[in-house]
Amino acid sequence: MSDDTKKAVPYTVPIGPTHPALKEPVMFTFQMEGERILKADFAPGQAHRAIEWMGMRRNPVQIVHLTDRICGICGVSHTLSFARAVEQVMEIEVPERADYIRAIIAEFERIQSHILWAGVAAHELGYDTLLHLSWRVREFAMDVLELLTGNRVNYGIIQVGGVRRDITPDQHETIHNCLDYYSDLKAKLLQVFLEDKTIQMRCRDCGVLTHEEALKLCTVGPTARASGVKMDVRVDYPYAAYGDLEISPVLPDAYLGETRGDVYDRIVVRLLEVDQSVDLIRQCLDLIPAGDITWEAKIPKILSAFKKAHGEAIGRHEAPRGEVFHYVRMDGKEHPTTWKVKASSYSNLMSWIPMLEGEQIADIPIVVASIDPCLSCTDRVAIVRDGRRGIMTKEELTRLSVEKTRRLMR
Amino acid sequence: MSPATTLLPAVAGTIAISAFGILAGLLFLGIDRKFAAHMQARIGPPIRQPFIDTMKLLRKESVVPDNAIPWLFNFAPILALASSITILLYLPIGSLMPVLGAYGDLVLIMYLLTVPALAMVAGGFASGSPYATVGAQREMVTMMAYEFPLAIAIIAIAWRLSMAGIAYPFSLATIATNPFWGVMGPLGIIGGIILLLILAWVTPAELSRVPFDSQEAETELAGGLLVEYSGRNLALFYLAQGVRTIAMAAIAVAVFLPWNISTFVAMSPALALAVDFLFFLAKVLLVVFVSVSLIRVSMARFKITQIVSVYWIWFGGLGILGLLLIVLDATFGVW
Repeated sequence: MSDDTKKAVPYTVPIGPTHPALKEPVMFTFQMEGERILKADFAPGQAHRAIEWMGMRRNPVQIVHLTDRICGICGVSHTLSFARAVEQVMEIEVPERADYIRAIIAEFERIQSHILWAGVAAHELGYDTLLHLSWRVREFAMDVLELLTGNRVNYGIIQVGGVRRDITPDQHETIHNCLDYYSDLKAKLLQVFLEDKTIQMRCRDCGVLTHEEALKLCTVGPTARASGVKMDVRVDYPYAAYGDLEISPVLPDAYLGETRGDVYDRIVVRLLEVDQSVDLIRQCLDLIPAGDITWEAKIPKILSAFKKAHGEAIGRHEAPRGEVFHYVRMDGKEHPTTWKVKASSYSNLMSWIPMLEGEQIADIPIVVASIDPCLSCTDRVAIVRDGRRGIMTKEELTRLSVEKTRRLMR
Repeated sequence: MSPATTLLPAVAGTIAISAFGILAGLLFLGIDRKFAAHMQARIGPPIRQPFIDTMKLLRKESVVPDNAIPWLFNFAPILALASSITILLYLPIGSLMPVLGAYGDLVLIMYLLTVPALAMVAGGFASGSPYATVGAQREMVTMMAYEFPLAIAIIAIAWRLSMAGIAYPFSLATIATNPFWGVMGPLGIIGGIILLLILAWVTPAELSRVPFDSQEAETELAGGLLVEYSGRNLALFYLAQGVRTIAMAAIAVAVFLPWNISTFVAMSPALALAVDFLFFLAKVLLVVFVSVSLIRVSMARFKITQIVSVYWIWFGGLGILGLLLIVLDATFGVW
């Protein structure tokens, strides 16, 4: 090999499966030229926990609490979309009050998740002060969630057909205090994150995802909206209480007057969505009707209803990271025949490739974090056979899914 | 003079300064962590935490990676610590004149300042890890970036002293006993303040602290240069980091804040030595607070390309402005 070709060969930098830049395991391989990324590739599947497998051996009342544990941050999102899928199969009409409570919890979850993300993003940039300060202001949302549900993380509040706890009138004051706190904080949050010179230097025009690529790669949630794609499941496909509320997708040009689809725009979208959630919860508290909070309080009755359920349905919810999608098929047994989870990060992961290529090593942490990846939610499959890990080709996967469909149709 | 009379004080002084540098270095690292923690709304570790960390590291195994170059890998931390202590030998501490003041001046210190950084680069390249290699490349680029404004700041001060007719302007003893603020008019004082600011902003890069810590960048390179270091070797680098913190602060103090209490208030020589030493520590604390703790909690990390443009364009330009003001001041005299 001559000297010239030796120099031309890019060197490889592995990042992952565990690395300080990554909050959850994923394996990146970068072909580098100096500090510039020529090619990026990644291999998810490092955090597979077989939750679907466990779920298909349990009844939906049990699965609801299993879905709480799919994600450590958006606990209610998976629960809500799973419950909605099952409710559609069983043709249950959820009481209106329960729908409002679900929306309130989901929006509080968005507040805490987006502020948590903002702190993580600051940490990836080496700005630990913002990490500590934003996580401190996040606590109020966590406290209110604990007040409303009894838990900080795995809320366990949603049941098939409704919710398990009501919001009592004496809790309204605390909720309003919390909402006022975040309203007052809005200007401060926008100022410290968006007007900081170093954050602008690091995030402006970094990790750009164009509008076309965002559409082509089917990105969802804040990642898509930051690239100017006007989509939000809450608006496009209203569910729970969202049909009654004033809501429109948050796009970065509302604040900045333009959309560049960079990391900075993703910060803008998430910070503005915190304020949007505050507004939505206020609307919910004003409109919430009196009434039952569940379709059926007695668990044995719910269980016997499962045995009469036939059919399939999908449940969708706009989680803090984007659309989360649950497919459920029930065939007159207590447990579902099929349960498929598609987390929002699954749709967003591929957007890493166009975002990362051409950027520097220093941009990797913030670009990777900018889609707010949730890999334990995403990882569905890890193939380990005879101690060896393999990757399935598209043909194999098609063959397997055709076989499975035939098996289901029998 | 016989060799014994010159050698003995030098050896004794070196031992004393080494002990002082290491202990004070660790103490100031602890104080910096406490400052930063309080500014970040945290409680933070106890001030003695760096001592605990060092003791723990010294007891741990030093792992040498398979594809490292062992002798260079093990030699780099020793070189880093030794060269950091050497810098202190040329710096005045309080009213105590430098131990080796007669043998070197500011220009030598500028050279010596690059040695610990070069030791880290050598250690990084010898680690045989891609992260350490990238970190070593970044450290070299950072060094090239900050040397320019640093040199402007140091040279301008010494040049101004020589224009004021002071002999040996580069000698630290001269600079420490003749505060250059006294020889300048208002223009020169503005220039001096600009140069002081530049030195305050070069310090974090010299000490690889946020926002100029791209060579270690925890979230990018997982520790970069130091990623493969552990145990005793890492402890030595950690001690060197503490000593360098003291050294950089002592340079800023010697050049820009050289006053001693004993020159203003009459007191017995022993008391003067103690009071000036405490005053020196207070000045070091001020410098560490401003240019290490305060800067690192208030910014995000720069990319390596941004570090270069920040130092060459912004601080380089500012430095030339400061130099120009000092030249004007020297040419037209005191207004």
